Amino acid sequence: MSPLTNKTPLPDAGGGTLLQEQAHSLLACPDCDLVFPLPCLSPGEKARCGRCGAVLMEPKSHGFDYSIALALTSLLLFVLSNTFPLLKLQIAGREQIGAIMTGVHALYDQGFWEIAFLVLLVTIIAPLFRIISVLYVLLPLWFGRRLVGAAHIFRWMEILRPWAMSEVFMLGILVAMVKLGDLATIQPGVALYSFAGLILFMAATDASLDDGAIWVRLEDGA
Amino acid sequence: MMEVPSTATALGLILCHDCKRLNDARNLGAHGLCVRCGSRLHARKPESLARTWALTLTACLLYVPANVLPVMTVLMTGRSEADTILSGVKALLIGGMWPLALLVFFASITVPVLKLLVLIFLLLSVQMKSHWRPRERTVLYRLTETIGRWSMIDIFVIAILVALVQVGALATITAGPGAVAFGGVVVSTMLAAISFDPRLIWDAMEKPHEVD
Repeated sequence: MSPLTNKTPLPDAGGGTLLQEQAHSLLACPDCDLVFPLPCLSPGEKARCGRCGAVLMEPKSHGFDYSIALALTSLLLFVLSNTFPLLKLQIAGREQIGAIMTGVHALYDQGFWEIAFLVLLVTIIAPLFRIISVLYVLLPLWFGRRLVGAAHIFRWMEILRPWAMSEVFMLGILVAMVKLGDLATIQPGVALYSFAGLILFMAATDASLDDGAIWVRLEDGA
Repeated sequence: MMEVPSTATALGLILCHDCKRLNDARNLGAHGLCVRCGSRLHARKPESLARTWALTLTACLLYVPANVLPVMTVLMTGRSEADTILSGVKALLIGGMWPLALLVFFASITVPVLKLLVLIFLLLSVQMKSHWRPRERTVLYRLTETIGRWSMIDIFVIAILVALVQVGALATITAGPGAVAFGGVVVSTMLAAISFDPRLIWDAMEKPHEVD
């Protein structure tokens, strides 16, 4: 995709009479503040800032229904991942079952409430909030409605984006399994498979979200 | 003469941090909130340099106990062994798991150090109003912002081991104080990256060079 340049004449700021209306037809780079006229893109195209290379706009080819379907699947997989055992450990004839919450509990019981809270936040609270937010915002929009606080919820979904770390947790599971490999017998539980699915579907949901279009719909009052 | 680019600030507009809507800076409501999402508007992230410095220095301080103190203690058949971040990597290496050892070394040691160095470099370059390769510095910032979360791997490994290995005197794993410090490093570097405003790199480009 060719980078945008701001050679196109912009509304004159000299007189100091830039209207709120005109702001609608403009776009600013979040990383370097350069202003561009709103480009006309077809789905699948990407607009990059010509100065710093940031992605400015990325309209998606699928509709909201596509994101809703992915988010619903994620929600189902999330529930499975947190109800069934993740790993089973067999050592000297004894069996120990572990899930995400078991880890949070164990850390809390040992007096490490800071890490217990951190793990709870990044593996359960943030991912769950993000999945539910997508549904809360998009389902009503799909029916042409908008629920109370949808803009606030969607805003928080964006803020929590870096704090939802399910895919990092998956890698942690892998390392833990290898570390325990020669100490005991490790059996994957049902939740491990649903968790692997969960990170795929969550990534797909994120990739399918058309932030720009969602914000425009939220502003226009659906 | 350098051509002055039309930035949002120059045009009297403020970009909302959260929903990316442009707001008219001269026509803000009493509370200065974004007309679309209700987020508080700022032309630049508030107190960006001070906050980023404070969080970066916090992370630097926490980095010492994070690497010196044990992150977990393994109690096995009466023998107890304390593991630090580095000794955990060494154990993987001795066990012949070098791809995994490399991964953990990269996530737990390389990433936090690089992140701290990059943040300090970006902060200094902005304060010195540097004109050096602004585009590359912006890319460096974006990379720092994306990669930081992967350092959490070690914390998750500890959480899983602590959950599974609770077989009394036979084998018990407990977390150590180093883990709290390490979690602190990850969280404060992530917050530092979030509070840094890459537009400051570009603001310096519009002013004449002060320091050579």
